[in-house]
Amino acid sequence: MNVPLALLGLLTVADLHGYDLKQLCDRLLSPGRPVKQGQVYATLHRLERDGNIAVVAVEQEEGPERRRYALTERGRAEVSGWLATPEPAAPHLQSALYAKVIVALLAGFAVDQLIDAQRAAHLWRMRELTATRRSGSLPEVLLADYALFHLEADIRWLDMTAARIAQLEQQVETGLGASGLSRSTTRERMQP
Amino acid sequence: MTTAMTGPEFMTADAPTPALLVAEDLVKRFGPTEALRGASVSIQSGEIVAIMGPSGSGKSTLLHCLAGILLSDSGTALFAGRDLRRMSEKERSRLRLSEFGFVFQHGQLVPDLPGEENVALPLLLRGENRRKAIDTAREWLHALDVVEAIGKLPGELSGGQAQRVALARAFAIQPRVIFADEPTGSLDSLSGEAVMELLTAAARDQGTTVIIVTHDARVAAYANREVVVRDGRVTAGMAL
Repeated sequence: MNVPLALLGLLTVADLHGYDLKQLCDRLLSPGRPVKQGQVYATLHRLERDGNIAVVAVEQEEGPERRRYALTERGRAEVSGWLATPEPAAPHLQSALYAKVIVALLAGFAVDQLIDAQRAAHLWRMRELTATRRSGSLPEVLLADYALFHLEADIRWLDMTAARIAQLEQQVETGLGASGLSRSTTRERMQP
Repeated sequence: MTTAMTGPEFMTADAPTPALLVAEDLVKRFGPTEALRGASVSIQSGEIVAIMGPSGSGKSTLLHCLAGILLSDSGTALFAGRDLRRMSEKERSRLRLSEFGFVFQHGQLVPDLPGEENVALPLLLRGENRRKAIDTAREWLHALDVVEAIGKLPGELSGGQAQRVALARAFAIQPRVIFADEPTGSLDSLSGEAVMELLTAAARDQGTTVIIVTHDARVAAYANREVVVRDGRVTAGMAL
């Protein structure tokens, strides 16, 4: 999972504190593999430095101060560009594709279009590999087979996900609700 | 997809050559079920196109409408500019016998005829001389590397061999289009890939347009491009 883009994606829902971002990230994007707190804060620092997010409030009740972050136009464009661009087709994309689908749902991006674009990118690569199988040596053929089977598995997962978008959307709403958020806090839905 | 009517055939706006097959806003119902709900697609001559989509999405129905096996309730299906719905059943039969080849999941060979006669059958049905038909059949069985099927009944062939005979039968009439519905669906991976290699190589060699319905991405990867059908509509890849 690309942590900077994941955090930017979560900020499409609402302006959030670093702690909230980590909780949401763990709950929605990377269940079972929590992101380290330090990585979240270091990433937020870099995103702020690069102008992708801005601090909109600094709050201090007890303990350390809490900075609330918001997406800038530049950050919004980053998320939009990421969602609109298929991942380079290669084996082992599971966590990247998963995070992207969830962020697309959160951001109100057309998930079916994302899936169609990713399927097209995968098939493009599969055509190249199929051509390799035709003319390659046996080791090249076996390696192409390996990649083809993995890409095929990704496509099956994408198709299954496409069939479950409505269900998934419901689950994401529930996940947001558990963090005290709802779509009503979303300021602007992202268009493809 | 953008199309404009120019003379007897649809032309795609961004391609100078007329599309060989065009579906425009096809609707097809089976009782209360709407299998196609405004499906549109445009296919150029010589293309190898995979139609993908989940089970029940309407991909086989789209194939059957493009081949004139099924008639849509509304919309237009054109082959070389001719509206399939406006032809008589006799004209459509003639078209299927002379211009279209078919390959299905289970070869659908005639069980009582040896391989060469199965391949010769469509040639005989359209009135060709028996000797010539058998010669053509044998040539195709050679070309598709299944010469052992010449004198064998379908029941004596493996799945892969039977499917090669089905391919030979489809190619023997020198069709302009081959429609293949899950052609490797009943085969193991290696046999399936051999069949796809032969199908696409022969099609490229002959300049035959091929439309393959498949849910298998590895089969679709043999095509030049894919179209995706979802809920009775083509949602991706309508035209180049």
